[in-house]
Amino acid sequence: MPRPKAEERTILLDARAMSRALQRMAVEILELAHGTGDLVLIGIQRRGVELAERIAKLLEKAEGAEIPRGALDITLYRDDLGAVGPNPVIGATHIPGDLTDKHAVIVDDVLYTGRTVRAALDELADFGRPKRISLCVLVDRGGRELPIQADIVGTVVKTGPGERVDVQVEELDGRDQVDVIR
Amino acid sequence: MNASPTLGKDLTGLEHMSPEQIRLILDTAEPFKEVSERPIKKVPALRGKTIVNLFFEASTRTRISFEFAEKRLSADTVNVAATGSSVSKGETLVDTARNLEAMRIDMVVIRHPSSGAAEFLGNRIASNVINAGDGKHEHPTQALLDLLTIRDKHGKIEGLKVCLVGDVLHSRVARSNLWGLTKLGAEVAVCGPWTLLPRGIEELGVKVFGRIEEAIEWADVLNVLRLQLERMEKGFIPSVREYYRVFGVTPERLERSPKAITIMHPGPMNRGVEIDSRVADGPHSVILDQVTNGVAVRMAVLYLLAGGRAELADAAKRGSGE
Repeated sequence: MPRPKAEERTILLDARAMSRALQRMAVEILELAHGTGDLVLIGIQRRGVELAERIAKLLEKAEGAEIPRGALDITLYRDDLGAVGPNPVIGATHIPGDLTDKHAVIVDDVLYTGRTVRAALDELADFGRPKRISLCVLVDRGGRELPIQADIVGTVVKTGPGERVDVQVEELDGRDQVDVIR
Repeated sequence: MNASPTLGKDLTGLEHMSPEQIRLILDTAEPFKEVSERPIKKVPALRGKTIVNLFFEASTRTRISFEFAEKRLSADTVNVAATGSSVSKGETLVDTARNLEAMRIDMVVIRHPSSGAAEFLGNRIASNVINAGDGKHEHPTQALLDLLTIRDKHGKIEGLKVCLVGDVLHSRVARSNLWGLTKLGAEVAVCGPWTLLPRGIEELGVKVFGRIEEAIEWADVLNVLRLQLERMEKGFIPSVREYYRVFGVTPERLERSPKAITIMHPGPMNRGVEIDSRVADGPHSVILDQVTNGVAVRMAVLYLLAGGRAELADAAKRGSGE
């Protein structure tokens, strides 16, 4: 029996590099939003939610103001239900109040085709009319299939369709690390 | 990737479902509860799907609940009632459904007075079929919403003592509940007049109480079934007043139990017959939670059946029943 080719894992960000990236992203959010006044962080299930929580805590420490945050599961807004079948695990969606006139920052772990963000934009529109929506991702791996770009990026890596970017966070995976799997 | 359970093409009853499939529906229903709390109570998951609600029997709650579930998933829906349709001109069930299919529908929700009607239909058309009650056989979505409500209230189902009270013999709700509860590890009992309990039910591992006082002493949950008043005319019970006196769930009877017993009813209620108003509206009643959960459970069923439909529909066309 031919053995499957062994996966080759390279570390893109270790725990310290990830921590530095998140700190810089928090500062960039403050600059982009001119403070924390209307800011709402929306994490995309699942690892986006944890990253949004981290960034919110950094912002709260730096600014001393409470940052409202929410969670978004985009499963029901996907455009490929017929192709991939139902996702048995749908995460919670929780939006802190009406988003009208807020500056919503979508936080996700990896930006790839852009389809998740497209779905998230559709879903957010059902919760009000934010005055602005920005996109903040830890890893931009290229490969867009839609005209979508991030406002704030932790790190950029060029990857092909056969490759994967594996984001691990302490809360769910026991450690902070980003790997590229080839 | 992982071998998560799927539901197959149709939902006809809980009897042949696995505990994993039942849990999959209950877990999927959780996030759908939140959709009904949104300012815009709609997600696009079933956009472009056409669903026919084919009701050969009167229904308010179930039909409206299905319709809300379908609309909140963005499906297009058509309601067909037996009266005022070609059914009253003598068209057979299969012909009605095949004609609807010829108009390119995706799913049929069917309620029918004959036991087995949903399965019969499911084996003959490629669309997904969901049983919304077939004769005295099953009413799976009602049992699923009952299970979800029990799980919400008690945090679990396994090990709970649930008693179905009243007309178990004629009740498809009771039958579906029995399958669902036992599969998820609850202890199940029935209580009612002997004339309204199925013979030999003990053999399914179900406790039988002839007196409501015994049931109350034993149970964590009472699911009080509707006394179908037409049963009285057929001689199953002497009178409605006597039924209330002997089997009515009243505050006086519940007070004797040290536990706070959860009270459920699938509706429509006969207040002052099988259930006292003070109990139905009391602090331990979850009757309206059942109605709320009904929409979420039906959304979950529709969503799970709609996904990955292609290969299952092919199997149905090839004529393989299972």
